[in-house]
Amino acid sequence: MKWAPKHIPEILLAVWQHLVLSVTSVLIGLVVALMIGVLCARRPKLYAFALTISNVIFVIPSLALFALLIPFLGLGTKPALVGLSSYCLLILLRNIVTGLQGVPADVLDAADGMGYSRWQRLIRIELPLALPMIVSGARIALVTVIGIATVAAFIDGGGLGTIILIGIDQEYPEKILVGGVLTALLAIIFDFAMTQAEKLVTRWR
Amino acid sequence: MLTVAIDWIASHPSEFLRALGQHLLMSGISLGLGLAIALPLAVLILNRTSLAFGVINTVNALRTLPSLAILAVMMPLLGIGLMPSIVALTVLAVPPILLNAYVGLRDVDPDALEAAIGMGMSRRQVLWKVRIPLAAPSMFAGARTAAVQVLAGATLAPFIGGGGLGDFVVTGIGIMDMSRLLVGAVPIAILALGTEFTLGQLQRVLFSERTAS
Repeated sequence: MKWAPKHIPEILLAVWQHLVLSVTSVLIGLVVALMIGVLCARRPKLYAFALTISNVIFVIPSLALFALLIPFLGLGTKPALVGLSSYCLLILLRNIVTGLQGVPADVLDAADGMGYSRWQRLIRIELPLALPMIVSGARIALVTVIGIATVAAFIDGGGLGTIILIGIDQEYPEKILVGGVLTALLAIIFDFAMTQAEKLVTRWR
Repeated sequence: MLTVAIDWIASHPSEFLRALGQHLLMSGISLGLGLAIALPLAVLILNRTSLAFGVINTVNALRTLPSLAILAVMMPLLGIGLMPSIVALTVLAVPPILLNAYVGLRDVDPDALEAAIGMGMSRRQVLWKVRIPLAAPSMFAGARTAAVQVLAGATLAPFIGGGGLGDFVVTGIGIMDMSRLLVGAVPIAILALGTEFTLGQLQRVLFSERTAS
């Protein structure tokens, strides 16, 4: 360990970039997936279609997906954000729709009987009841994205992948290890924190 | 742009085929090695709780490491080229196969096991005639996940000199030539989607009657 102790600010900056990139992507993915999820929770055919599309995106290898975005969006944070948030869609959509479909029919009937409008029912009944599933989806999405975000460094997306790539270029194993282990640590920390959040949400519900 | 990319492939067929060959070769070998390591290991840890605990946790920790880092780490250990990439991709292939196979073997219907033991089957027979056939669908599912992950990981091989279709993407970004980039990216995407689709159909054909009953 010769390099790391002397370059702590640089490393922290990469960690911060990595976090911002991953969290922002999951948040964007969440907004999009919520809209699609609400639309197709009660429309099985539309849901199957949306699921197929998001699965196609999920299966395309990250480097290829980023590469396909470059002609339209150029290099930098923009294609990285778009690519990473598209990756989350499958995981988020599946959990959101499963959560929404899990709301019992009698509960919905009761809400209708109480004179709730569609919108009120969604905000006050369905989404709160689906919340544990949604948080669980966000957890898996975030852990996945933290790993894939290392590849975004190659299209100038920044983050811990940059340190790994520099390590490869300079044949400097310590940098590769620092980048890799910190990425893994981030994933583990968020996995743990979100699991706690999931428990909290389930209890609150 | 796409037509320029197709023209490039048409005028450099040997270069393209070589990259495609490398890509398929390293993915195939790694998946094979992954199966050869993970399946026996799953059987080995089946009735050994503490060993299983250790192995599963190691594998889960391994899974949090980004694939780029796993590939990169091989360079100082094994140098550059095809071989280090194959080792790294094997490391990527083992976790999904192992976890699925282990859970499948462990969660076999206890009634089926009891019936088999009652019929006088030996441990070996129970394993080969009951556990493994009943766990086959989840083993297959694990192999399918692993195949897609290995193909994705293989695109990162050029970073450590492993070649493959990712080479065109890396070169394309390096010289900012969009059509060259597509020469790599489009076949990579088609290959991954084709594999996922074929294995999905195969899974349906092979195991549909059992899941239906």
